[in-house]
Amino acid sequence: MLLFAQFQLTVPVSVVFAKGALPGAQWRRLPFTDTQEEESLLNPKTSVTARYETTYRSATATEQAALAMATVQEADAELLPLQEDSVGALTVYVIPETSLLLPQGIGVYVGKHRSAVMRRTQGPGDVLAAISDRVRQIVQAMSFTTDSITTALSDRVPMDQLGTDTRRPFKSSLGYEITFSLLNPDPKSHDVHWDIEAAVNSYVQPFLDKLGSVANFSVDSQILYYAVLGVSPRFDKASSSFILSALSLPHVINPVEARLGSSATSLYPVLNFLLYVPERVHSPLYIQDKDGAAVGTNAFHSPRWGGIMVYNIDHPAPDKAPLPLRVDVDMVRVMEVFLAQLRLLFGISQVPLPEEFLLESPGNKGLTDWELDRLLWTRTVENIATVSTTLTSLAQLLDKIGNIVIKDDVASEVYHAVASAQTAMLELASGRLGSAFQASKEAVTSSERAFFDPSLLHLLYFPDDQKFAIYIPLFLPMAVPILLSLVKILREAKQSKKEPMKTD
Amino acid sequence: MAAALPAPRWLPAAAALLWACCGLAATDGIQDQAEQFFRSGHTNNWAVLVCTSRFWFNYRHVANTLSVYRSVKRLGIPDSHIVLMLADDMACNPRNPKPATVFSHKNMELNVYGDDVEVDYRSYEVTVENFLRVLTGRIPPSTPRSKRLLSDDRSNILIYMTGHGGNGFLKFQDSEEITNVELADAFEQMWQKRRYNELLFIIDTCQGASMYERFYSPNIMALASSQVGEDSLSHQPDLGIGVHLMDRYTFYVLEFLEEIHPASQTNMNDLFQVCPRSLCVSTPGHRTDLFHRDPQNVLITDFFGSVRKVEITTQTVALDPNLVGLETRVPSDEMATEPLKYAEQLPVAQIIHQMVSTHTGT
Repeated sequence: MLLFAQFQLTVPVSVVFAKGALPGAQWRRLPFTDTQEEESLLNPKTSVTARYETTYRSATATEQAALAMATVQEADAELLPLQEDSVGALTVYVIPETSLLLPQGIGVYVGKHRSAVMRRTQGPGDVLAAISDRVRQIVQAMSFTTDSITTALSDRVPMDQLGTDTRRPFKSSLGYEITFSLLNPDPKSHDVHWDIEAAVNSYVQPFLDKLGSVANFSVDSQILYYAVLGVSPRFDKASSSFILSALSLPHVINPVEARLGSSATSLYPVLNFLLYVPERVHSPLYIQDKDGAAVGTNAFHSPRWGGIMVYNIDHPAPDKAPLPLRVDVDMVRVMEVFLAQLRLLFGISQVPLPEEFLLESPGNKGLTDWELDRLLWTRTVENIATVSTTLTSLAQLLDKIGNIVIKDDVASEVYHAVASAQTAMLELASGRLGSAFQASKEAVTSSERAFFDPSLLHLLYFPDDQKFAIYIPLFLPMAVPILLSLVKILREAKQSKKEPMKTD
Repeated sequence: MAAALPAPRWLPAAAALLWACCGLAATDGIQDQAEQFFRSGHTNNWAVLVCTSRFWFNYRHVANTLSVYRSVKRLGIPDSHIVLMLADDMACNPRNPKPATVFSHKNMELNVYGDDVEVDYRSYEVTVENFLRVLTGRIPPSTPRSKRLLSDDRSNILIYMTGHGGNGFLKFQDSEEITNVELADAFEQMWQKRRYNELLFIIDTCQGASMYERFYSPNIMALASSQVGEDSLSHQPDLGIGVHLMDRYTFYVLEFLEEIHPASQTNMNDLFQVCPRSLCVSTPGHRTDLFHRDPQNVLITDFFGSVRKVEITTQTVALDPNLVGLETRVPSDEMATEPLKYAEQLPVAQIIHQMVSTHTGT
């Protein structure tokens, strides 16, 4: 018995045609709505149906003016207020082949928000049929694909079908704790300062604010002195620098982790981002990948843990500068790497797209709206699947131990979880992603609270054979003389009844 | 039906192809070794180490647990990921002639108590109920983080139990016991909530193999120090301390683990060979039918150590520092703090002044 096994995910799409993008005959057909479904079966019991509700219409005058701007970035900014601002809904603008809005060689531009601009494909004939494939490709890149949903439902899929990408991102959780640590193993030589508060407020906080609907975040930072990496780097004569090879990287983290001490208080998963300033005698320190090439970012990350970046300092000639050398860390460079690692650890990975797609960079926010949507789609499905397995196993536990007592609050949590999950499924089917995600989050919270309630420990409920084992040795020895004396009383009673008859 | 191809024609071509493949495989072999990290599928390690007996003459059980704790810490698992449960305090026991030490080798060679032991459940907190609460996660909300097993679906967990046991049960604290059925049910509850990726269960008690007989959840590998009907024996007594210091099985496991370092490639088959009957007197047993991988491919460090998977970061996010100044910072509500100083505990000057003034007053 598996609840919530048939997922129906609806994506509302608007395809807007600019003037000249459609021949006259087809122009007159606008506006109209078309719905297409794509079903994939993950296992005999679980299926995912993707419904694309596409509305085709012509561009309004303001939209036309916006599409006539000089660059596509400006057009994107102008078009933003004209779109329906709901989570999960997408808009694709089709411009004629002759338009100069998109640069040469680029067929599709995916913006920072929830829209894309595509050039009408070449060739005569039914334009709508011709562009539908391209539109489907764009929509799938901006919402979800079968692969991403399969990853979210990884519990129900055999392990060998999953890629390594599934192990990297954190599981859906209600909150995360992010810790930035500066490691200074050589305070005698380096007096390192980093303006972490400003950097977090400028670069990290906007990213976290955008993800605010997904989870709660708490950020803290610390500086650790005399914290060394677990591995001594090799000296490479060719580049006269120190090298950390890729094979030694896994052993770097453990000795440091004991000193990080960040997990003392909260129960949420912790992401650690470490900035390591190498010692003077080990400078400069570079990370090499498997092929022996130097790594541009000089950083590496570990799935479900965090990331480490090595920050090299230029040392002037010894007699010119007194020790300790004052170092002000360039936080922009550091945050660029940390944000990239943060994105990877949340599962916001690059979608493989053909050459002619131009993806707008997310800018200082660190995350585009459609990337957030991708995250929300997978998280919602993952949450609902988790609720389903949790409640099913709770039901199995109750079947097994018949005399378990369910308290009222546990029961109400279970009802709430089921109701919220049903709401989430309905909202997903109607295409309202934002409310579907909120409902799924509530469902997960309730189901976890019900499952992990301390009163459900099966040790507290005695199985029948233990009850017999306890009471029989107590009562059986007592019962024997009682029974025998009862039998004796009955026999005497029978005798005394018989006697009056006997004397006669 | 199969056409008889002229053998000499395709044979060199096939041989060349095979050779080329072998050549590719050889260079890929090294890459495979490195990628082998990803085969186990775990991203973090946890350890739950339980010693269930109290009283001074059960010194060896505490020493067993502490030596596994020591190896696990040395190989990289941090204290925040270890739940250590010791039912009695041997190091500070009044009968310990060498206080603050717990030795594992006679002649007091190796002090497994060390300097930074972090015991999470101690003394009377080690009960069957608490142990099952730790495993299943049904912990009261007030429990601190160090007492919780916060594993996820990508955690490899090592569970080590030692104490006095019998056929199908393990005695806790001389007053209660945990049966193999309860243990198997607890593991099933863990599997239902995906609280582990793979689990290694080691038990060093008499008739230890009976404890893993009832497991039915996937991805569990179990080792025991003796079969049903056999007793696990202790190793050597130390005449100075006056008790047996270690159990045989754990003694040889500790010797085996001392050879392991975080990068070693030793696999589980070697651990199965530890302590043959000639050394251990009992027959150690193991159970791998529930485990989906071949023990040959399972590294010791998959469970005893904490070797992290690592990926090089190749991308960066493009940030524009110029845009930052445009956004106004929300003013943080800080109170201006003035430097504080302690109030004078005994205002001597004031008292003298008062005394003088009262004196002069009268």
